[in-house]
Amino acid sequence: MNTTIMLFLLQDGITNGAIYALLGLALVLVFAVTRVILIPQGEFVTYGALTYASLASGQMPGTAKLALAMGIAACAFDLFVARKALHGRLILRSVLANIVLPAAVLALTIYFAAQKPPVAVCIALSLVIVAMIGLYLYRVAFQPLAHTSVLVLLIASVGTHLALQGLGLLFFGAEGQRGPAVLSGAFTAGSLRFTGQSLTVYGITIAFIVGLWLFFGLTLYGKALRATAVNRLGARLAGIRTTLSGQIAFLLASVIGALSGIMIVPITTLYYDSGFLIGLKGFVAAIIGGLVSYPLTAVAALFVGTVEAFSSFYASNYKEVIVFMLLIPVLLLRSLAAPAVEEEKD
Amino acid sequence: MQSRLPILVFAFVMAAIPFVPGMPPFWIVLLDNIGLSALVAMGLVLLTGVGGLTSFGQAAFVGFGAYTTALLTTAYGLSPWLTLPLSLVVSGLLAVLLGLVTVRLSGHYLPLGTLAWGLGLFYLFSKLEVLGRNDGISAIPPLSIGSFRMLSPGSIYFAIWVAVILSALLTMNLLDSRTGRAIRALRRGHVAAEAFGVHTPRAKLLVFIHAAVLAGLSGWLYAHLQRAVNPTPFGAQAGIEYLFIAVVGGAGYVWGGVLGAAIVVVLKEVLQSYLPLILPGSGQVETIVFGIMLVALLQLAPGGVWPWLMSFLPERSGGRKPDTSLKLEQRPRASGEASILLQVEKARKQFGGVVAVNNVSFDVQAREIVALIGPNGAGKSTTFNLITGVLSATSGSISVLGRKVDRAPPQEIVKLGISRTFQHVKLVPDMTVLENVAIGAHLRGHSGPVAAMLRLDRADEAKLLAEAARQIERVGLTDQMHQLAGSLSLGQQRIVEIARALCVDPLLLLLDEPAAGLRHMEKQQLAKLLRDLRDGGMSVLLVEHDMGFVMNLADRIVVLDFGTKIAEGTPATIKTNPEVIKAYLGVAA
Repeated sequence: MNTTIMLFLLQDGITNGAIYALLGLALVLVFAVTRVILIPQGEFVTYGALTYASLASGQMPGTAKLALAMGIAACAFDLFVARKALHGRLILRSVLANIVLPAAVLALTIYFAAQKPPVAVCIALSLVIVAMIGLYLYRVAFQPLAHTSVLVLLIASVGTHLALQGLGLLFFGAEGQRGPAVLSGAFTAGSLRFTGQSLTVYGITIAFIVGLWLFFGLTLYGKALRATAVNRLGARLAGIRTTLSGQIAFLLASVIGALSGIMIVPITTLYYDSGFLIGLKGFVAAIIGGLVSYPLTAVAALFVGTVEAFSSFYASNYKEVIVFMLLIPVLLLRSLAAPAVEEEKD
Repeated sequence: MQSRLPILVFAFVMAAIPFVPGMPPFWIVLLDNIGLSALVAMGLVLLTGVGGLTSFGQAAFVGFGAYTTALLTTAYGLSPWLTLPLSLVVSGLLAVLLGLVTVRLSGHYLPLGTLAWGLGLFYLFSKLEVLGRNDGISAIPPLSIGSFRMLSPGSIYFAIWVAVILSALLTMNLLDSRTGRAIRALRRGHVAAEAFGVHTPRAKLLVFIHAAVLAGLSGWLYAHLQRAVNPTPFGAQAGIEYLFIAVVGGAGYVWGGVLGAAIVVVLKEVLQSYLPLILPGSGQVETIVFGIMLVALLQLAPGGVWPWLMSFLPERSGGRKPDTSLKLEQRPRASGEASILLQVEKARKQFGGVVAVNNVSFDVQAREIVALIGPNGAGKSTTFNLITGVLSATSGSISVLGRKVDRAPPQEIVKLGISRTFQHVKLVPDMTVLENVAIGAHLRGHSGPVAAMLRLDRADEAKLLAEAARQIERVGLTDQMHQLAGSLSLGQQRIVEIARALCVDPLLLLLDEPAAGLRHMEKQQLAKLLRDLRDGGMSVLLVEHDMGFVMNLADRIVVLDFGTKIAEGTPATIKTNPEVIKAYLGVAA
């Protein structure tokens, strides 16, 4: 094997792996807090990426309208649930958060889309739009099901994935898109060439992992989330609003998804349905990490990215087979090592 | 147990449908598709709804069934009837391989694991040269009987629905049997089932294979219906769709699978044909509406549509009382003379730095009631778990009738004649009292799953149920025999656990706080029952906090405090022991 090729593949793998790590982290987070296996994570990725790419090319992304529509639905859910105890402040808060906010963002998007805004504005708008979609998605689809089994939540998750993917096609068409680099420029070290984009990927991934670590370790909200993850009922008894925890988890997941998408779209062309596979690879990493450990998930994600890079070089036809089959030995090891734990379900 | 009449009516209606004059051929195609999905969903009902094992990978088994027959009939010219068993065997063998790896996974690893290999296998189908890559295999011969070739959707219709109804019958027979009870107990965790000799990994593997074989059957039919296969219908999306068919229909019910298939297939068809008329434009609108309707359906009926429909039917009267004259073989017992039944020697259990049980020694003789008492956290339940093999001791030894059983799993311990109840009741709430108690007799029956499906197990089954009914009568719950265990009061559930433990025909009965939640009269009845059992030759070791109950009942008392034995003796000596008083009251009174 040629060292240059090997280094190149390794670099490619680490860049992909960093993205998978972020997605894996988000999946672990959402699962731990809400018990939802977040299949629409992939849609957050594509929505973020394609909203960014559309804005950068001066097109109006449909996601901004979707955010407003979902916000109206979320507001309706809020008011319906509270229909017997409606009071002014509650209505005002719900209308502000669910209707006024997305309406304002929609207005901004329409304003900026017409004039090919700078990269920073595109990023900010895309992040806000997708974050709102994530938040309202939890309110509309998952909050009413919060008491049901993991299986029902999972099926609901599949339903939202289908709906969002269909909407993706409606908004962005079947054509793939590419966005401008977040950070242009490059430098070479030895035989390796580092692009600004790949450095951005590393930087943001590391920043997020450290940020999440600080958030969970030091802040009250972070601790509340962890408490909800460990014991829902106990957290409620201690005065933690579990719906709030769920909203924060979804918010974080959608921001992470959108950010990952924005980081990938300058490197690879993304289609409306690309997110599913990308999200699944984050999944693979999350499973290897055992759905509980953040650092382990990050390491596993780098491993998945590297294996993918090497197998796409040596056996590109079987790339996906290899990545997904990677799980089997891992699961085997886990099942051999796993202690027999009593589980009480339902 | 269930009446067969509704199924006969259903079979008759399904058989009549194609002969209805003016029946649009398109409806028959829909019914074919419903039948194919129903087969897979039925397997998932057993696997996911009943057994608690979520699988996303069923589409891959459908694929194996379909590709096996496609390859063998086209490349090697085998008859489709010959490839039917081969398709089922291939799916089954694959299920064994994948099952050995995945079934042992706990909780959430399992669905994710199945998703992973489901995807992996899908890519394998679409990349393998011999399977025609993405184009698949075409020109598959149709099914034929003599010169009758099932070319049209209307003719293969019968093959499909015969398969569906037969599979439903076999599956329901399986659930209503010794093996079926073991499967139904899986979802509530494995400790209780294992305490009565159920080999839970084996039971899980069994449902896994059953579901895979049903999926393989669906694949075989699919290949001969379409007469061509390609990888698309066997991907992750399809695997997920099968799962939501089962969930929408009602994941715990065999007919829920069939109903779910009907709902999903028809809904998709309606959306595909009518939505473009209302909302012209992109073909993706139906996916969007379908996704939204799915979530809405779950929010309205999280348990599925079948149980929701069934709740409108009048409640069925309770089942028949089993014929209690049938007897099971009894365990040989040592006669009269006193002998040591259970010997615990310096048993020690550490959890990390915590010593839960600290070198505790005591024994239980034949025909003796021994009480294990102590303040909360004294290590009583841990001692029970050490004796019954749920936990293995860090050091020390435990012997039963002179045989060391240190490392034996719970299934081996119960074979020696030690049965138990649990501090936190572990019954299957959606099974009747009779069925729950019959799990106790699991090891005394011998019929396997195949016998159960074919109803060859009835003689064996009648004896098991008779034994269960006898024990229920003995503990005084005859009136509740056909009620669901979950509907009983907590005190009654504890008594059900005792009946279940008695079904083992034990030498030694381990009771963990049996009197908790009982009223005064019930406690007296329980005490009488335990005395009768002792006089009948059984020994009892019980953990209990009700001192009045213990002091009047026990022959001997062992007192634990912080994992250490602090006293042992007759009730009279324990009452006055200063160490015991100190442990309970804090100071020497």
